[in-house]
Amino acid sequence: MQQCNLQTINITRNAVGRKTREMLVIALLLACSLVAVLTTAGIITSLAFEAFRFFQEVSLFDFLFGLEWSPQTALRSDQVGSSGSFGAIPLITGTLLISAIAMAVATPLGLLSAIYLAEYASNPARAIIKPLLELLAGIPTVVYGFFAALVIAPMLRNTGETFGFVISSESALAAGLTMGVMIIPLVSSLSDDVINAVPQTLRDASYGLGATQAETIKQVIFPAAIPGIAGSLLLATSRAIGETMIVVMAAGLAANLTANPFEAVTTVTVQIATLLTGDQEFDSAKTLSAFALGLLLFIITLCLNVVSLKIVDRYKEQYD
Amino acid sequence: MIENNDFAPENTIISSKNVDVFYGDKQALFDINLNVAENSVTALIGPSGCGKSTLLRCFNRMNDVIPICRVDGSITLGGQDIHAPNVDVVSLRQKVGMVFQKPNPFPKSIYDNIAYGPRIHGMTASKAELDEIVEESLKRAGLWNEVMDRLDKPGTGLSGGQQQRLCIARAIAVKPKVILMDEPCSALDPIATATVEELIDELRERFTIIIVTHSMQQAARVSMHTAFFHLGNLVEHGATSDIFTAPKDERTQNYITGRIG
Repeated sequence: MQQCNLQTINITRNAVGRKTREMLVIALLLACSLVAVLTTAGIITSLAFEAFRFFQEVSLFDFLFGLEWSPQTALRSDQVGSSGSFGAIPLITGTLLISAIAMAVATPLGLLSAIYLAEYASNPARAIIKPLLELLAGIPTVVYGFFAALVIAPMLRNTGETFGFVISSESALAAGLTMGVMIIPLVSSLSDDVINAVPQTLRDASYGLGATQAETIKQVIFPAAIPGIAGSLLLATSRAIGETMIVVMAAGLAANLTANPFEAVTTVTVQIATLLTGDQEFDSAKTLSAFALGLLLFIITLCLNVVSLKIVDRYKEQYD
Repeated sequence: MIENNDFAPENTIISSKNVDVFYGDKQALFDINLNVAENSVTALIGPSGCGKSTLLRCFNRMNDVIPICRVDGSITLGGQDIHAPNVDVVSLRQKVGMVFQKPNPFPKSIYDNIAYGPRIHGMTASKAELDEIVEESLKRAGLWNEVMDRLDKPGTGLSGGQQQRLCIARAIAVKPKVILMDEPCSALDPIATATVEELIDELRERFTIIIVTHSMQQAARVSMHTAFFHLGNLVEHGATSDIFTAPKDERTQNYITGRIG
């Protein structure tokens, strides 16, 4: 039996450089991913700290269930009649009202254009329409904002006058409609992905049984895509709730507790923006309330995102 | 080659004459003349890419949905040209059903899977009538005893073989004349395959079955007529026993003995 010379097979680590480089690369990659994670953690911590300071001055119960929002605080301790009230309900209802209007616009338009793009559009038509639709997502929100304030709102007010309605010039309707248009590409592009993910074999099965295209879409594709579509609608809702620029410009500052879309309402984001712009003292309840609002908003959108991503993920597994 | 193409069974239900199929610039089928006998099982065999599935999809115009696909020549079903302007592709597909390679039940209940076809075609006037069709179709597909107590459960929850029989039941629920099967057993294990093959044997009494298969044994077991395709040409068509024991063409000989394919 012949034995080979073991000395000639070298498996020891020779160059230190390669190993070190590998470690450096890993460290760099890890550091980069940590930036995002740590920033999020930092934001939550700062929100939580300042919100905690706020809740030392105003009770959590008053904040969550108070029906009046007027964040005035006394400049001097002996000042009279200017103790603020910090009930977040009007802001929340305002936010929900505007988001609901936005979703009422974006859901049908986004969904139906997604169905058109995914099922009916010819390749050339799709190549033109899809980028154009997604262009909507590229318009800066501030542009949407002044479009809402300077075009949509006066148009609504004039139309209202013609029919004898009073529509305030800063109405929930104007902000909601504009926001809805802004969200259309989000809904349509997510739904388009979901509809395309429905396996071709199901379409074949339906066509093979003699179903028309409309029957196939309504009875096979749409039901199969519903969970994914629900997920994308929730994501869009969370985007609407967090949207700021449009509502700052078009929805107004008055914290009215109303469900009337013709009136001016304000939103959580608008209040945060107003409370923190300009020179502010960071020890008054007025300023601190912005952090409490921020935390509230963060929790709401976080829950929506988690739920919607869960739904979308579960849907994806189903067909993999 | 023409002499191999003019095999004409007495009771032809589907007939293709001079059919050419193109995908864009690429020609997939060349001058196919094939007559399919009624109430029989015809197997289309041949190596991958020989065009047998393409031809199958011509018979119920499933190729219509592929924009770059063009079909020339004439295909008749019971003497009617299926490309005639007054032909409704929806009615055509009701008469010429299809079972696919991979079981593809809808993500609906077993009942709704079967009821889908009859419902869209408005075949039933009452719930009782629909129940009857569902039961009859499942029985005919040999699935009734296994699923009768869970008709409301999702069809996707069945085993692969059961799913494929569900798809067959779904196809026969609309009362077709012809059932096209595109490698219906390729995703199934041997036992499920045997069950589906038995089923095919029973179904041929009522339906005309055209089956594409990669398995020569399967073709030999289930079919009465076999057509062999090679590189887009129909090489030979005849009684299955003749094709497998006394092939006329050298290519058929080579394929069934495993030398090409």
